[in-house]
Amino acid sequence: MKTNFLFLVLLLSFSFVRAQDDMLSLLGEEKTIQYTNASFKTNRVINLHSLENTAGGVLDFKISHRFSTLNGGFYELFGLDNSTIRIGLDYGLSDVLTIGAGRSSYEKAYDGFIKYKFIRQSTGKRRMPITAALLLTSAIQTLKWSNPDRDNFFSNRLYYTSQLIIGRKFSQSFSMQLSPTLVHRNLVKTDIEKNDVYALGAAARIKLSRRVALNAEYIYLLPDQVASDYTNSLSVGFDIETGGHVFQLHFTNSTSMIEKGFISETTNKWNDGGIHFGFNVSRVFTLKHKNLD
Amino acid sequence: MAFRLFASIILNKYLMKHSFLIAAIFFLSASASFGQRYFTKTGYVSFYSDTPIEKIEAHNKSANCVLDLNTGKLEFGVLIKGFQFEKALMQEHFNENYLESDKYPKALFKGQIDNYSKIDDTKNGKITCKISGDLTMHGITKKITTDAEIVVNNGKIEAESQFNILVADYNISIPSLVKDQIAKSVKVNVRLNLEQLKM
Repeated sequence: MKTNFLFLVLLLSFSFVRAQDDMLSLLGEEKTIQYTNASFKTNRVINLHSLENTAGGVLDFKISHRFSTLNGGFYELFGLDNSTIRIGLDYGLSDVLTIGAGRSSYEKAYDGFIKYKFIRQSTGKRRMPITAALLLTSAIQTLKWSNPDRDNFFSNRLYYTSQLIIGRKFSQSFSMQLSPTLVHRNLVKTDIEKNDVYALGAAARIKLSRRVALNAEYIYLLPDQVASDYTNSLSVGFDIETGGHVFQLHFTNSTSMIEKGFISETTNKWNDGGIHFGFNVSRVFTLKHKNLD
Repeated sequence: MAFRLFASIILNKYLMKHSFLIAAIFFLSASASFGQRYFTKTGYVSFYSDTPIEKIEAHNKSANCVLDLNTGKLEFGVLIKGFQFEKALMQEHFNENYLESDKYPKALFKGQIDNYSKIDDTKNGKITCKISGDLTMHGITKKITTDAEIVVNNGKIEAESQFNILVADYNISIPSLVKDQIAKSVKVNVRLNLEQLKM
């Protein structure tokens, strides 16, 4: 009788589980891959490239400003009297491959990049906890030679950056990434400065609402590579999304908006008010519509 | 406490007395529900939002569906992230701002076909029927009723349906800035080719 009863309990619990389970579970696991999207609102955190790429067939037009520093005081209207600007275009050749180019007023620099996402965070059929991308950039500064009588080579103007971007969207509202970076400068000012500068960038975003996010990034320079007046870059800002635009408003101690500049040539310091107010405005245009059939 | 004890004693006694009978009923019902089930993992769902300013459409080709011909029950599940839009930005906003697919990854429908007994999977034919049930999406469940066309074709079942859903019903808030671009009522199309589910 007792075993009988046990058997019944077992059977009851079994049928209970079955009843709770829906018929769809008969089909087993999902067989599609769902890629995690929108780890960041745009392909830049602030200065650093983010985990995101420009989607395939989409052109992203970017205008970025960095005003002068807040410690200019009221006379300079806290830096608003002067600004540097970068105008850039990024284009998604595919969802994982982006190219871009830009021109900065700071050092009259032209820059170009290629960014390839080789690991995509996903769930479903393939579970991948992280996203990883490789970013290669180059820049040419085109200032007049400070010493025209010297032997000046074109290659002296060139800078290259290689960066690995590894990160994860931990939840709907929190994403984080690390960006180990190597900046190569063909020419440096003094011989105590290294041509190769190694740095580690870290960035995170917290979504405050569906359309507003708080971003922060910090770039740590490994010791004994740059002159003593250079410092680590720290930036904090907000992303505000309004349909086709993303407005990024931020405070940063870096003047330049390209890798070689904000990573290896940041001179201003947060603690003495060497902080620039700045913004990036991103506007996307879908040039190639996806074929839905 | 005393009541619970009392109740459980009564229940135990009752269950022990009738355990064989109850076991038999469960066995029978379990085997009965292993009947004619049809399924797909590649169901097609699309929706259209049509306003004078902007036409938005999205397609999903990996909907799951199970149809039980013995009971007329139909279950349907679709991953929100599986919807493909023409513009990547729309897709991102759809997932991030409107449907919040990280929080609510699936839309589910559990429904009942009214005259399912008329579906005879042994011979080819076409019937129109009513399906009603609960559609759960964005954390909200609402009753919907729709007409569907069901075609039996050489041991396979094709089902097709169109219905409208109100965006506001599912607590999807649309900012005033884009409210003229997104229709208040969205037309949904479903097309399924179901095969027999072998257990």
